[in-house]
Amino acid sequence: MFKIFEQIGRYCQLMGKVFARPEKPAIYGRRIMYEMEALGFNSIGLTAIISVFIGAVITLQMSINLESPFIPKYLIGYATRETMILEFSSTVVALILSGKVGSNIASEIGTMRITEQIDALEIMGVNSASYLILPKIVATVLFFPLLTLLSIVIGTIGGYVIAYATDIMIPAQYVEGLLYDFRPYSITYSLIKMAVFAFIITSVSAFCGYYAKGNSLEVGKASTRAVVASSIVIMIFNLILTQLLLT
Amino acid sequence: MIKGEHISKSFEGRTVLDDISVEFDTGKTNLIIGRSGSGKTVLLKTLVGLHSPDEGRIFYDDVCYTDLGFAERKDIRKDIGMIFQGGALLDSSTVVENVMLPLDLFTEQSEAEKRERVDFCLRRVRLEGADNLYPSELSGGMIKRVAIARAIVLNPRYLFCDEPNSGLDPQTSVVIDNLIQDITREYNITTIINTHDMNSVMEIGEKIVYIHEGRKWWEGSKDDILLSDNRELNDFVFASAMAKRAKQQITK
Ligand SMILES: Nc1ncnc2c1ncn2[C@@H]1O[C@H](COP(=O)(O)OP(=O)(O)OP(=O)(O)O)[C@@H](O)[C@H]1O
Ligand SMILES: [Mg+2]
Repeated sequence: MFKIFEQIGRYCQLMGKVFARPEKPAIYGRRIMYEMEALGFNSIGLTAIISVFIGAVITLQMSINLESPFIPKYLIGYATRETMILEFSSTVVALILSGKVGSNIASEIGTMRITEQIDALEIMGVNSASYLILPKIVATVLFFPLLTLLSIVIGTIGGYVIAYATDIMIPAQYVEGLLYDFRPYSITYSLIKMAVFAFIITSVSAFCGYYAKGNSLEVGKASTRAVVASSIVIMIFNLILTQLLLT
Repeated sequence: MIKGEHISKSFEGRTVLDDISVEFDTGKTNLIIGRSGSGKTVLLKTLVGLHSPDEGRIFYDDVCYTDLGFAERKDIRKDIGMIFQGGALLDSSTVVENVMLPLDLFTEQSEAEKRERVDFCLRRVRLEGADNLYPSELSGGMIKRVAIARAIVLNPRYLFCDEPNSGLDPQTSVVIDNLIQDITREYNITTIINTHDMNSVMEIGEKIVYIHEGRKWWEGSKDDILLSDNRELNDFVFASAMAKRAKQQITK
């Protein structure tokens, strides 16, 4: 238990270093663009594939389980939309990204630590924490919400395709459901959640990598730790944010 | 001149450096020698400030480095170049980007000026035609050369080298050693080199400090080292059969 508080303390200390005033903003601009491509742009494919299948499956599941003459068919579209917006496109996509991006960040920074690349930066007089981690945080916090939007759009398209391809319902009913009782605030809520999750994934994973020591075995462990820790923190914050934003 | 006074350092209760006092001269290649695990890397990292000593003080010329805060140290760090045991080049950057990084961060030079300086340094270490390769595409000797180029790109006043020629063939080792010595003399740098290679010792050992189990055991120059009667030092110096035979020849 004490160890957890110690880790949180060290995490906060590192974040203090990360957000210290940058020495040359121009250099950060270039690095942010690079990280956007490496961490965000390269995750578009994964997000799209998972979203289209989940959208399709949710629609299928709903139609199987709501097989009753008293329940209007358009509710299937409505349920698909709500599931995608409220939980899947933010929380579940974040969990998946923590596996892809989180382990990537932890092993990259961990390798830099054990091969003394971080020491080399420090010797040059560079704030290594800020130089390495800040661009990743900025890039993911800006880019991941776009992935959420993409996931919502593609997921609902997946549902439409299933409605169109099978005879579970008329596609027009699905579209009616998509538009039924639409509250734009749900989307805002989803985007805010994703921005927070992006911060969690990047900073927690960077933390795990930054304090790696030993050999390449330890880097592997650090990247596993990064995925586990950021997933747990995401679930905790999902609860907190839902309580704060929706009630 | 770099000076350490009564430096001690331990990790989790295990003493690695024990009351070491040393002085390294400007314009000379100063060597720290010792067996693997004797604490050379820890001593070097303590001198540059990557580890903070448990006890003792470190001076860079007349400034007490240990008394300075992070921000004040920055000024001295810009005058420090360091070559790490494994090179420590940034994996995601090319040779040119690696060497240019210090210029990007700390100077306001134009792209052309920076490029010119980088080319000069790469020529100085005799590494041409590798500009756009990544560290994973370089050989061990090339990595060391890029690391040297990066370390000298800002014209440092202090140069630290952690086993600059470990893992290199004897011929390349001599080239790297001589390169470091030339640069040291040319720019009047205070250079400190960690090594356990006796060839380097005989080649460039202008001032030698022998570390044994975390303590300073002996110091002198390459001319005294063969004649010393310090037993641990002799074990170290004459470890190989070739060295033993050479000694017999000399004493005969
Ligand atoms: N960060 C650290 N934490 C704990 N112990 C350490 C740390 N760094 C070094 N040590 C210990 O200090 C001792 C000296 O290590 P050091 O790396 O200085 O040896 P060395 O003389 O450089 O050896 P080599 O020639 O093999 O590089 C070793 O026993 C090592 O286990
Ligand atoms: Mg060493």
